[in-house]
This record gives sequence, C-alpha cells and structure tokens, in this order.
Amino acid sequence: MGAEQKKSSIFTKVSDTNILLTITIVIFFAMYIGAILFQGGGFTKPQMFFNILNANAALIITSIGMSIVMISGGIDISVGGVVALVSMCCAVHLDMKGGSVFGSMLIALGIGLAFGLVQGFLVAYLDIQPFIVSLAGMFFARGMTTIVNTAPFNVANEEFKALMNTRIIIPGMGYTNRKGIYVDAYVEPGVIVAIVLVILLFVVLRWTKLGRGFYAVGGNRQSALMLGINVKRTRFLSHVICSTLAGIAGYVYFLHVGSGSASHAMGMEMNAIASSIIGGTMLSGGVGNLIGTLFGVLSLSTIQNIVSNAGLDQAWWTGITIASMLCIFLVIQSIVMTRRKRALKN
Amino acid sequence: MNSDSRFDIKKLLSNQLLIPFTALIILCLINLINDPSFFQITVGTNNAGNTVFSGSLITILDYGSELAILAIGMTLVTAASGGQDISVGATIAIAGSAMLRVLCGGNTRPDTLAAPIIVGFLVACIVGMLCGAFNGMLVAIFRIQPMIATLILFTAGRSIAAWINNNELPIVPDPKFAYFGGFIPGIPIPTTVFIALACIIVAALMLKFTNLGLYTQAVGINESSSRLNGINPTAIKFISFMILGLCVAVAALIKVSRLSTINYSVIAKDIEMDAILAVALGGNALSGGKFNMWASILGAYIIQFLTTTLYKFKVDSAALPAYKAVVVIILVVFSSPVVRQKLQQFSNKRAAATAKKEVA
Repeated sequence: MGAEQKKSSIFTKVSDTNILLTITIVIFFAMYIGAILFQGGGFTKPQMFFNILNANAALIITSIGMSIVMISGGIDISVGGVVALVSMCCAVHLDMKGGSVFGSMLIALGIGLAFGLVQGFLVAYLDIQPFIVSLAGMFFARGMTTIVNTAPFNVANEEFKALMNTRIIIPGMGYTNRKGIYVDAYVEPGVIVAIVLVILLFVVLRWTKLGRGFYAVGGNRQSALMLGINVKRTRFLSHVICSTLAGIAGYVYFLHVGSGSASHAMGMEMNAIASSIIGGTMLSGGVGNLIGTLFGVLSLSTIQNIVSNAGLDQAWWTGITIASMLCIFLVIQSIVMTRRKRALKN
Repeated sequence: MNSDSRFDIKKLLSNQLLIPFTALIILCLINLINDPSFFQITVGTNNAGNTVFSGSLITILDYGSELAILAIGMTLVTAASGGQDISVGATIAIAGSAMLRVLCGGNTRPDTLAAPIIVGFLVACIVGMLCGAFNGMLVAIFRIQPMIATLILFTAGRSIAAWINNNELPIVPDPKFAYFGGFIPGIPIPTTVFIALACIIVAALMLKFTNLGLYTQAVGINESSSRLNGINPTAIKFISFMILGLCVAVAALIKVSRLSTINYSVIAKDIEMDAILAVALGGNALSGGKFNMWASILGAYIIQFLTTTLYKFKVDSAALPAYKAVVVIILVVFSSPVVRQKLQQFSNKRAAATAKKEVA
C-alpha cells in the first residue's frame, strides 16, 4: 500500500515532458558510453560525435519541425519528400539554369513555405486529417521530384562548392592520426544552422504566446478554444513552421550531399517521427521538448553507428533497428500514460 | 412534378456511389476523346501459348483485382479504427518472401518445389495475419494511432522481407505457380479476376451472416457507447487488422506469382496509397464509422482505371504519385465536413431563392 502511494506521487509530481525527456537523455548517454567501453575505435574520438552531427543536421531540423506539429496535435509525413524536392530543385537551379547560391536558398524556403501554407490550410481550416493531407503531400513531392529531373546528378557550381566545403573548426577537440599529424575537429555549416534553430525554437516554445498555444491546442483543443486561443490559426502555423523547416533542412541536406536525386531522404519522415517520439514528444499532442528531440536524433544515429560498427552493415539492419526502437518507445509512452492516468484517478 | 424531380436529385446527391460513378464517367470520357482504341478488347496468344483476351480494360480488371482484395480489408480497418494501415505494401513483401522461402526451401534456383503451393500460401496467410496481429495489438491494446503504429512495419517491412531470404531472389520453378497472377490454360480471363471474385463473395457472406459489419461500424462511430452495449472494441479492431492481413497474403500470392520471384524494394510499392484512395473514392469516411464495401471495391477498379489512363498519357511511373496525390486532395477537400456544410448552405440558399421566385 505504502509503495503504491509513493509510486503514484512520483508519477503525478513529475510532468509528462520531464519523465520522457529523462528517459531519452539517460538512454543516449548509456548508449554512447557503452559504445566507448565495448566498441572503442571511432567512438573514443570527439570527431565521431561531430560526424554524427554533420550527417544528421538536416534530420535535426526536420525533427524539430515534426515535434512542433506533433505537440500541436498533428503530424506531417511529407517532410522527406520536401527535402528531396528542395535538393533536386536547387541542384537544377544551380547547374542547369546557372543560378546563384542565394537564389537557390530562396527556392528552398519558397518550396517549404508553399507546402506549409497548402497543408496547413487543408488541415486547420478545412479540418481534414493531417495524416491524409501530408501523405498526399509526400507522394506529390516525390512525384514532382522525378518530374523536375529524373536522373540523379552532382552539382558542379563553383560558388556552391565553396560553401559546401566550408568547415568550421572546433578548437581543442582534434586528434593525432596514425601518421602523427594533428587533425582538427570540424563541423559543417549546416550543424550551426541546426543548433541555432533548435535554440531559437526552444525559446519560442517555452516563452512565447504562440509556443504555449501549440501545447494548449495539442493538449486539449476544446479547452484551448475556451481559453481564447485561435485554434485554427495555431494549427495552421504549426504546419507552416514544420514545412518551412523541412525546406531549410532540404537545403542543409543538399549542402551535405551536393547532389540532386529522387531517392534522396528516403524514409526521412520516419526517422523524424521516430526521433521526436524517442525524444519524448507524445503522439497524442500537448507534450514534448525540442532538447529531447535533439537527443532523439542523436540516440537514433548513435545506435545506427553501433549497429554498423558491429559488422551488421547490411542495409536492412538500419530499417529494423529504427523500427524496433520506435516500437519500444511507443509502447513505453503508452504504458507511462496509462499508469499516469491511473495514478491521477487514485 | 417539379418537387418530385428535385427530391430525386437530392437523393442522388446523397448517394455514396455518386462519387465513384462520376469519376468513372469522367475517366471514360477522357479516354474516349484521347484514344477510342482504349476500349478495344483483342484476342491473342500470350508467351505461354494460351489464347487470352488483351486490351486496356483487361489490364484494369487484372491489376484492379489485387487492389480490390486489399480494399476489402482496408475498408474494415478504416471503419473500425478510424485510421488506415500504411504497411500493406511492406507486408506484401514479407508474406511473399516467406512464401518463396517455403516454396524454394532456401535454394535460390531449385529444380523442383520444396513444398506444395498450397502450403506456401498457407504460410503466407499466417505471416500476413501475424503482421496484422502486430499492428492490431499496437492499435487496439496500446492505443497508438493506426497510421503511426503501421509506420513501424512500413519502414521495417521490406528489410524483414529481404532478411527472410538472405537478400537472395529465389525463382519458383513450377509453371503452375504463374497461373495465379496470369492465365490458366484454356481460360482467356485473368485468374486474378476469379481470385478477387472469391474474396468478394467470402466478404459478402461474412457481412451478411455475421454481425461483424454492424459491430465494426458501431466501434468506429462511438467506441465507448459500443462497449456499453456489450461489444468488445479491442477485439473488433484486432479482428479487422487480422482480416486485412489475410487480404495482404492473397495479394502477395498474386504479386509473387506474376514474376515467379520477388523484388523487395519494388514489389507492391505505393500500393498503400492506392488502397487508401480506393476507400476514399468509394465515399467512405476516412475517420471511421459507416462503410460500404461495394463502393470501396468499385473505387479500387476506378483507381486502376486512373493509373492505366495516366500510363496511356505516357506519364512516367515514378511521377504517377504526384497526379494521384492531386486526386486524393480533391477528394478529401470535397468530402471534408467544412466544405460539405458550405455546399449545403449554398444549395439551400438557391432552393430558397427559387422557392421565393415561385411564390412571387
């Protein structure tokens, strides 16, 4: 009886966000330290961590957008398609039309914004299920990518290549390689963009009226309406932000790979959803934290690195690991929520 | 007299079959204008030397059948859970891969079948139902939204399928296996039509003689009140996913039979979109509740009609989803409650205006 009492008090005291966030951060550090201890090799060097960031800057940006949509009670699975479409359009603009880097950035933002406006309007003002809308958005983006250009190709634009090869050196984190030469640790410009966006949106979600509106609308639409929040506009804005971030992520992805292809960012929407869920964002809305999402992306890519380091590098293992991790976290969420409901009732 | 005809129009407008039939008529007209030979059916011989019918309409019947089979299960899942299963393409890959593994016994190029075809099919059914049970468990017991729950198999499915056969592509040696997705010698109509017919008859009998249809609608419309009436919503949702698993296994048999082998990343690609589109085109609410199985089946054939028409217009197969996405958006916009209400108001206003004129 006494134990029961104590458990219920813990479950009611700590907020939903904090329980899930703590689980994620603990799991990430446990995994990373485990990898250092048991696999050694690359994991002991700081550059391994920076490489994870470099490869996943685009995923971080899409995931925070996804988290915002999920916090406000929706979902957007068109982000992977948007990333592919953006990188293809930018590649065509730079290479075949002889455009400038600045122009391609505008294209990326424009595509993201356009997707956000249309999807947001359909979801918020016409009250259509967000999943159906963004499923159509995903297929539309994928189809458009092949319509824009079928064959994959590398960009040869000089101005763009200079930007692509820019490296930001992190002092004091380098290592000495086998030849005895000191190699500096570096990150790509995309990582800086991702970190800035995470901090910016974290502040927006935490301390602005709009940010609190997302939580209120996702938690309970009816009560949010009673509080005088413009529910439709809030949901609309969440989709606009998410798709615009997908557009930015598309450019960061493009900057990382430097090519346009219809098969780019395949399954990225899935990774973004998985990262958000692992990071403690509830599917049912109203609960979530962007720092958690950041750790979600890191956990996901760390486990992928562990899997491939362990010699299981056949392509199918990645899909299976992500799916099983998502499955486990979904079940954890479901259990936490049921217990919490029960604890609140008692 | 006048009021009578208006009454009829209203009845017609509220009929669920209005959307699919309108779509069918529009597609027929487009094809008639573009190329009347679309409707031609010729008799020829295929590679195996059988006398068969061929033509665009036969292609539609052939490929529409596998979609119709999936639409049966998808309608039930949609009605019961208010969400859709997006893992059907991936589960077709899993079930097909398991079937090949049994039929070829782990050999890549076997000389004889390792097991009778029926055993392979039964294994596929079990695998399909297991996948359905997994989805059903997440949805019914853990209460995860159907689309997210099925997203798990959607990502992992093709990987699991490749893993079952060690990423090999075994080829079934028996020519009889190709009958299911092709033609049986002596019968000029594709076998898939008969398989679909059998599935439709089974589904119709099931709806006629059991309470499943009623219970499914009850759970979809209001879960808690159906529980108060003694229906077990968890079981109903679970069963609907299991039935979809069975439909997936039948579709896998057809898909694998067409090639006598499998291609993990391409088999049944984007079929989930078509299956969902079939349900939507049938005028069924994607948020669950009432459903009309016949409308979904008709919807499935119309989707295939659309696909074949787009191919006739020389649309690249990779670009196909873009056009279908536009169709989906148009459909959901017109069936959304907000737009419906606006249209209703508009027609009411017009009716009131004409009534006023008559009075004056």
